Amino acid sequence: MEFPEELKYTEEHEWVLIEDGVATVGITDFAQDALGDVVFVELPEVGTVLEAGKSFGVVESVKAVSDVYAPVSGEVIEINEELPDTPELVNTSPYEDGWMVKIKLADNVELDDLMDADAYQEFVEDEE
Amino acid sequence: MLKKTPLNAIHKQAGARMVDFGGWEMPVQYRGVIEEHLAVRNAAGLFDVSHMGEIKVDGPGALAFIQELTTNDASSLENGQVQYSALCYPHGGVVDDLTLYRFDEEHYLFCVNAANTDKDFAWMEEVLADGDFHGVALHNVSDDFAQLALQGPLAETILARLTDTAPVGIGYYHFYEGLVAGVPTIISRTGYTGEDGFELYFAPDAAENLWNALMEAGADDGLVPVGLGARDTLRLEMKYALYGHELSTEISPLEAGLGWITKLDKPSFVGREALLKQKEAGVSRRLIGFAMTEPGIPRADYPVFAEGRQVGVVTSGTMSPSLRVGIGLALVEQGFAAIGTRLQIGIRTRRVGAKVEKTPFVKKG
Repeated sequence: MEFPEELKYTEEHEWVLIEDGVATVGITDFAQDALGDVVFVELPEVGTVLEAGKSFGVVESVKAVSDVYAPVSGEVIEINEELPDTPELVNTSPYEDGWMVKIKLADNVELDDLMDADAYQEFVEDEE
Repeated sequence: MLKKTPLNAIHKQAGARMVDFGGWEMPVQYRGVIEEHLAVRNAAGLFDVSHMGEIKVDGPGALAFIQELTTNDASSLENGQVQYSALCYPHGGVVDDLTLYRFDEEHYLFCVNAANTDKDFAWMEEVLADGDFHGVALHNVSDDFAQLALQGPLAETILARLTDTAPVGIGYYHFYEGLVAGVPTIISRTGYTGEDGFELYFAPDAAENLWNALMEAGADDGLVPVGLGARDTLRLEMKYALYGHELSTEISPLEAGLGWITKLDKPSFVGREALLKQKEAGVSRRLIGFAMTEPGIPRADYPVFAEGRQVGVVTSGTMSPSLRVGIGLALVEQGFAAIGTRLQIGIRTRRVGAKVEKTPFVKKG
């Protein structure tokens, strides 16, 4: 199971990459493994304003429906257009090709609530 | 405390994800639901279904009792034949759906849904006590059996390697008693997948040996272990009912499309009067199969809309691994059950297009 060092993580198993005031968001390797085969992804429209901690999308495996929560507040400036047709990218490449949305950060202060890779790995090991 | 089948350790070693299913710790998937599903459609899969319940009915009064207890006509069974049937309450709701095995005129075996075993057995005892039956012995023998399902187009080839009496001449819904890898086994040509295959009943202490022998015998044919996840998607593609979804105390067999196992011309059985009335009045809702015409996956309990109002509810839904589209079963008002009828499924905040389809969704040669 991978926990890339450059990313931040949430307790809901999203990852965030912060670059130049923009957060790229997806779900973690742990999350995709727990879900199993991802067969459907529902994302917000570009321009939607997200609030940290609130659901912004849905990931469905064959068996189950799971909400995806916004790790930070801000406006959606881009979504991964590949996911509706190839949702399995969430399984095969959770940290790269399986990214979900890019959010223009509204408030940098929230980043303090996110975990670094070591803390998240520890969190996941406690959950198992 | 979850109950465990004799293969619990084997599943965990094989990397299965285990879940609570009706009080049993069962494998929901090993490598992945889609891969396991397609293996059963294209080659073969092995399922541990030891959680299923078994109830024996013996004695000179067995047939008369079973005729009163079940909706189908058990008098038509020959020795070595299996019948799909149901137990109903007097109001016509379903206690359980089950399979009935006839060994001879005084020896029968029911295979029932795991979570319903105790309820079914109590119900059978009640019907027995309330009626004027003589010479009927009823035993819950669930602990005496482990059960494996070997399913898929290569199931017969694989099984034949381990049996002295090849299963070649055994017809669908027939069974015989023989040895599989040296283990005394009830070999039944039945299943819950829509594929050719077998359900094998045998003593629990032989479970690990038999599982390993089958996995080895089928290794070169692509035999894989299959969990409950794919068991559900396979049965859904065939429109096979699952108790608690398409059948319940609130859903009659006529509504669920099980008129073919509801023999109202039998002189008497529990639920007959209510079902006869329902048939004469016409059922107000019917179980249909539908496929999404727009992106989305239907799930149990989602509302079904047509003509701008709710006309039904989804009972089961999934992404079909064979068709790669969302499919589901739903109970809808009679007027919206015709094949080709346009429906909308309420998925979260949206209403998503769907269409009533012919079932089974997947046609097998």
